[in-house]
Amino acid sequence: MTDLIEIKNVTFSYGARKIYDDVSLTVEKGKITAFLGPSGTGKTTMLRLIGGQLAPDEGQIFFDGINVHSLNRGDLYELRKRMSMLFQSGALFTDMNVFDNVAFPIREHSSLPPEIINAMVLMKLEAVGLRGARDLMPQELSGGMARRAALARAIALDPELIMYDEPFVGQDPITMDVLVRLIKKMNDTLGLTSVVVTHDVPEIMEIADYLYIFSGGKVIGSGTPFDLKRSSDPRIRQFINGEFDGPVPFNYPADTPYLEAL
Amino acid sequence: MINFISGIGRYGVRKINALGRATIMLFYSVVGKPQFDKNFPQLIQQLYVVGVQSISIIAISGLFIGMVLGLQGFNVLVRFMAEGALGQLVALSIIRELGPVVAALLFAGRAGSALTAEIGLKKATEQLTSMEMMAVDPLRRVIAPRFWAGVISLPILATIFTVVGIYGGKLVGVDWLGVDDGIFWSGMQSNVDFWDDLGMCFIKSVVFAVVVTWIALFNGYDLVPTSAGISKATTNTVVQSSLAVLGLDFILTALMF
Repeated sequence: MTDLIEIKNVTFSYGARKIYDDVSLTVEKGKITAFLGPSGTGKTTMLRLIGGQLAPDEGQIFFDGINVHSLNRGDLYELRKRMSMLFQSGALFTDMNVFDNVAFPIREHSSLPPEIINAMVLMKLEAVGLRGARDLMPQELSGGMARRAALARAIALDPELIMYDEPFVGQDPITMDVLVRLIKKMNDTLGLTSVVVTHDVPEIMEIADYLYIFSGGKVIGSGTPFDLKRSSDPRIRQFINGEFDGPVPFNYPADTPYLEAL
Repeated sequence: MINFISGIGRYGVRKINALGRATIMLFYSVVGKPQFDKNFPQLIQQLYVVGVQSISIIAISGLFIGMVLGLQGFNVLVRFMAEGALGQLVALSIIRELGPVVAALLFAGRAGSALTAEIGLKKATEQLTSMEMMAVDPLRRVIAPRFWAGVISLPILATIFTVVGIYGGKLVGVDWLGVDDGIFWSGMQSNVDFWDDLGMCFIKSVVFAVVVTWIALFNGYDLVPTSAGISKATTNTVVQSSLAVLGLDFILTALMF
């Protein structure tokens, strides 16, 4: 199997705060790869690094063998047509209805006649079960519907890679299940490669082919769901089982001891 | 003391940094191959939002300012039996100063703040980032049409303000206070020069249009994407563009007249 994304020794900091320290990983083509980790470990940052919106301080990121951060603006934009990203908020354009939102990338990047765009958009909307909602404005959609509409927009140009940023956050159990199934279905039927950033362990364990667990700027564990469930590493066990007590700290690092600060 | 000086230095560096970022933003939005087919509908829509929807506030303000000017001017001039110069007074003060300046101030409050809030909200809800990830440059697609809409709208709005203002002055001076109609208009005609007065009025309003729209868009594009950030940026837009308009007005007037 070949790797679609290869991350080599990436170090990245926001100001003085180190988000990634010498991280290396690969994402296999056609598989669902999940990045797990506690909130605030910069999992979303990794997606932005892959998309070329941020540049690493050190190290390289390859997409299909192309070094993302060596490209000029024009080539980077060309490369981005091959990937897409589903944002946490959905990020639908609030001044357009659902249909125009999904049609937006197609209209921007092609000069297809309106009938074909119409057919393409309806197909994408049908795939996420929202064909009937095509005339609604984004603010009329529920959270789950907005995310599905955003998913339809993300697959509008048939990308090779789709990156999901916390797709399950704030959803009710039914919607969550719908989204889990959709991600799986999209990946298998469209031949996509999926990267899912999440901290909802049970949901992602159902569908992911391979998982990386981040903590403290490093990958602390990786493997298939089966491997991880049987892992003996206490940090991995703590995260997978959702335990409060364990080696992964609950407190944000403080510069002075607690008693001294009082 | 050292802290104070370094504080001033930090402030200066931050401001110059922001100016640099604003210039880069404007450069990337307006320089490049034009995409008329995609951006023209956007431009029309923005002309409506930024320009057409500002007409009522501009026209009403213009009317009242012209009326006040007619009333005050008459009260002073009549003491010297010079009420015949009312047309000239009203026309010159509105064309040279009040038209472009007050229209720009109103525009900053009405359209500038709305632009900042809109761009800021788009940024806060990741709409700009998602556009970038779709390989569409938000500077070209979102900022540029709004910039051109502002630059086109404000000179037209200033013209509307000027025309309505002069009629407001005429309404009070001629129709109410009884200045002679012929003297009012002919005084105006012989004292207002096309290039020196109307031309300068136009140049001023184009300069104000660029500055106000630029400030509004940059404040929206550069804000901290939180609700506090949006409200701060909106306030900044109104404050900064008002000060910029008044300051630039003095400089332009000193250079022109």
